[in-house]
Amino acid sequence: MADLVFWIIAAVTIMSAAFVVLNNQLIYSAVALLFTLFGVAGLYVFLWADFIAGIQILVYVGGILVLVIFGIMLTNKIKSVRISHKSMQQGVGGVVTFWFFIFLFIALTKAPWAFSDAVEPVGTVREIGVLLLTDFLLPFEIISLLLLGALIGAAVLSRGES
Amino acid sequence: MDSINSYLFISSMLFCLGLFGVITRRNAIAVLMGVELILNAANINFVAFSKFNGMNIDGHIFSLMVIVLAAAEAAVALAIIINIYNNMNTINIDDAAELKR
Repeated sequence: MADLVFWIIAAVTIMSAAFVVLNNQLIYSAVALLFTLFGVAGLYVFLWADFIAGIQILVYVGGILVLVIFGIMLTNKIKSVRISHKSMQQGVGGVVTFWFFIFLFIALTKAPWAFSDAVEPVGTVREIGVLLLTDFLLPFEIISLLLLGALIGAAVLSRGES
Repeated sequence: MDSINSYLFISSMLFCLGLFGVITRRNAIAVLMGVELILNAANINFVAFSKFNGMNIDGHIFSLMVIVLAAAEAAVALAIIINIYNNMNTINIDDAAELKR
């Protein structure tokens, strides 16, 4: 049963990702991206990463996807149906990415991954919180500075000249 | 679902689709969506290796950092794209090859 759910989630993720990159209507691509992001959150649940799955939905679906849809709405004239846009050189790009995928597939099946078994944790939030304030304190602070910088930069860029 | 290979297979597929989007799309926002797919693929790898190496939480921290970077990148990129649209009336990345005109 769990196997079946896993492969359904995997299929939804992959197929909607293909829809994102192949569709010519940009707004449909954004809606397909929603399903991809939810599928990835489902994969995180299968990987026992409950906190990351929640953050994925909060930040990606609630933040980034809304920003992307705002961007689409602001940069296209809805009346003149210019949301449609074509891709170019799909043949060459398809061949290159197909062979790159074959390369990755051979690499991941041939590689001798080192495994060690683990028991399923009750929750990861506590451990993540402890790690963020002990071992990873400096990256945590740096990334908060980076967020502040991005916030100011985005505000300055989108304010326009006055 | 109990081996790492299935997760790596899914994430390599997502990565290749995102790469395909980045190199074939001409609309800047569509390129941004391809970048999001690539970042998600990397995140799946981090969390998968974290689980299959004895539930080492370090991978989760890495993927949190990647999510934060993706959010910052999306905000700044969309601000730049909207500026380009206001100045040049297009977001075709082939037309916007110059920094100033």
